[in-house]
Amino acid sequence: MKTVLRLETALTHSPPRRGGEFGRVLLILCLLSLCPRLPGFAQNAPSAKASAPIDLSGYWVTIITPDWRERMVTPARGDYLAVPLTAAAQKIADAWDPAKDEAAGEQCRSYGSPAINAAPTRFHITWQDDNTLKVETDYGMQTRLFHFGNWKPPAGPATWQGDSIATWELTGPAPARKSGNLRVTTTHVRPGYFRKNGIPYSANVRMIEFWDLFTDPGGTQRIMITQQIEDPEYLFRTWITTYNFKKEPDASKWDPTPCSSRW
Amino acid sequence: MIDKFRKVAMESLAVLLGTLLMSGPAFAQVDLSGVWGFVRGQYGQENGGGSDIGDFTGIPLNDEGRAVGLSFSAAQWSEPERQCQYYSPRYVSTGPFALNIWSDTDPVTGKIISWNMGAWIDKDIVTVWMDGRPHPSASAFHPFGGFATGTWEGDTLVIRTTHIKWSILRINGVQHSDRATMTQYIVRHGDLLSMLTYFEDPVYLSEPFVLSSVWQVNPKANSIRTSPACEPINESPRLENTSIVPHYLPGKNPFANDYARYYNLPLEAAQGGAQTMYPEFRKKLKDVYHYVPPEKCTRYCCDSPDPAVKCIRDGSGQVR
Repeated sequence: MKTVLRLETALTHSPPRRGGEFGRVLLILCLLSLCPRLPGFAQNAPSAKASAPIDLSGYWVTIITPDWRERMVTPARGDYLAVPLTAAAQKIADAWDPAKDEAAGEQCRSYGSPAINAAPTRFHITWQDDNTLKVETDYGMQTRLFHFGNWKPPAGPATWQGDSIATWELTGPAPARKSGNLRVTTTHVRPGYFRKNGIPYSANVRMIEFWDLFTDPGGTQRIMITQQIEDPEYLFRTWITTYNFKKEPDASKWDPTPCSSRW
Repeated sequence: MIDKFRKVAMESLAVLLGTLLMSGPAFAQVDLSGVWGFVRGQYGQENGGGSDIGDFTGIPLNDEGRAVGLSFSAAQWSEPERQCQYYSPRYVSTGPFALNIWSDTDPVTGKIISWNMGAWIDKDIVTVWMDGRPHPSASAFHPFGGFATGTWEGDTLVIRTTHIKWSILRINGVQHSDRATMTQYIVRHGDLLSMLTYFEDPVYLSEPFVLSSVWQVNPKANSIRTSPACEPINESPRLENTSIVPHYLPGKNPFANDYARYYNLPLEAAQGGAQTMYPEFRKKLKDVYHYVPPEKCTRYCCDSPDPAVKCIRDGSGQVR
C-alpha cells in the first residue's frame, strides 16, 4: 500500500511535462493490473473451500469402459497394453510375484495415487479442513489429501498416495471467475504398480491431474480426470490418460475393501 | 477546461483498459484451433489392433444391442454400398485420430459462427454451429457428420449432436442407431485437449455410454481436414451381383465366445451391459464366476514405444 501512496504522491506533485498524462494513464493501468497480485491483496484471500469454483464433494463411482480387462479384473502376467513402459519396467513386471508382495505386507502396491484413478473404485470426497480436500476410495481404503495454499510437505518416508499440492484454475469472465477446474501435482510417492499385474513406477514418479466437473443432459454430475504421469525410470514417455466418474446420491454402494495383491 | 476534459477522459480510459486487462474475455472462448495429436495411453486394443469380436465389455448394451453386435460380420464392409460408409461422429472419442480443429468466422461481425472438427480418414467433418441456430426436425437428413451445435459453459465447449447416421460403437460390430444423440464437453488444459462424451441411444443402449479422451497439441503435424474421396471397388467377388448380406443368425456366430475364452471371462462379462461398467460387478466375477486371470498374456500384450521392449504386440502371438 505504501508503494501505491508513493506513486500517487509522485503523480500529484510532479511538474507538468509533455506526455505526463499518458504516463499517468500507464501507471494507473499497471496499478490496476498488479493490485490483485500484491501481497497486501492476497492476505484476505478466501480459503480453498470458499473459493472453489466447482463442488467435488460427495460419492462418485468410476465408469470402466476402455481397457476393461486391464482395469476391472487382474490382468494376465505380461499384459502391459497402453502403458508406455520401458524395458527396465518390463523386466520387473515380468517377474511379478503377488505372493512375495503379500509376504512383505505390500498388498497396496497397486493402490497408489498413480494407479488409483484407473481402478474399479468409488470416491468419497470431503473437505478435511478449509484448505485440504480429502479423496477416499473404497477400493483398498486409501486416502488422498489435496493441499491448497502454502502447504509444505512434511519430511518423512514416501507414502502410497504421496504429497499432493492443489490449486483451483479459475476461468470464466472476471471478476467473478466462477468456473474452473482443479489441478493437482503429486510427488513423493512410495514405489508401486500402475496395474495389479506388477507394472512398476519408481520413487521419482510425478503426476499432474486436471479435474473437471460437468452436468450431463440427465442432470447427473460427472468428473473427468485428465492425468499426466512421468517416471524417468519406468516410462518411456509421459503417460497421458483420462478417467470419468459419475456422482451417486448417497453412500449406499460404498463398499470398503482392503488391498489385495491378487484381486 | 479542455485539458481538464482530456485528463478525465484519459483517466476514464485507463480505468476501462485496466478493467479489461484484469478480466478474461467477456465470453469464454478458448482457442481450440490447431492440430491435436492422438495420444496413445488408453483404449489399448480398441484403437490399436481393434477390439476382438465378442468384446462388448463396459458398454451399456441392451438385449437388442447385444443381438445386433453378435449378428455382425466384418464382411459387411466389403459390400459395395458400405465400402465408403464413414464412422459416426462418436468415433472421434476412441478412434486413433488426430483432431484438426478450426473456426469459421462471420466476415461482417468477426464472431465465430462454427468450430469444425476435421475428418482425417473414414469420417466426415463435424461442423459445430455456434450461432444459436436450432436443430432441424427429427426427420431431416442425417449427414455423416451429424448436426452439431455448441455453447460455452465457462471455458468448456459443450457440443450437442443429433441426426447421426447408424454406425458402429466399436469396430467389432457393436452398433448405434440413427436415433442416437451425443453431448461432448471439451476443455483445454495447456497443450492438452480433453473430451467427455455422453452418448445416448434409445434403441441399443440401456444407459448413456460415457467415455473420456485426450489429445496433445502438435504444431508440427500436417493433418488433413477432409477425408480423401472414397471410390467403391469390388473387394469380394462373392458379394457382387448377389443378394448376400453378410451376417450371423442368432446363436450362430462362431467367434462369439472367443474373447471370453481368451481372457477366462464369463460370457456375461464379455457380452457387456451396464452392470459391467461398475465396480460392484467384480463381486459377481469373484463370487459367482470365480474369475482367475490367464497365466500369461498371449496376444495384444503391449504397445510401448520403447524399441527395447520386446513383447507380443498383436494377435499373432509372436514377440516383436
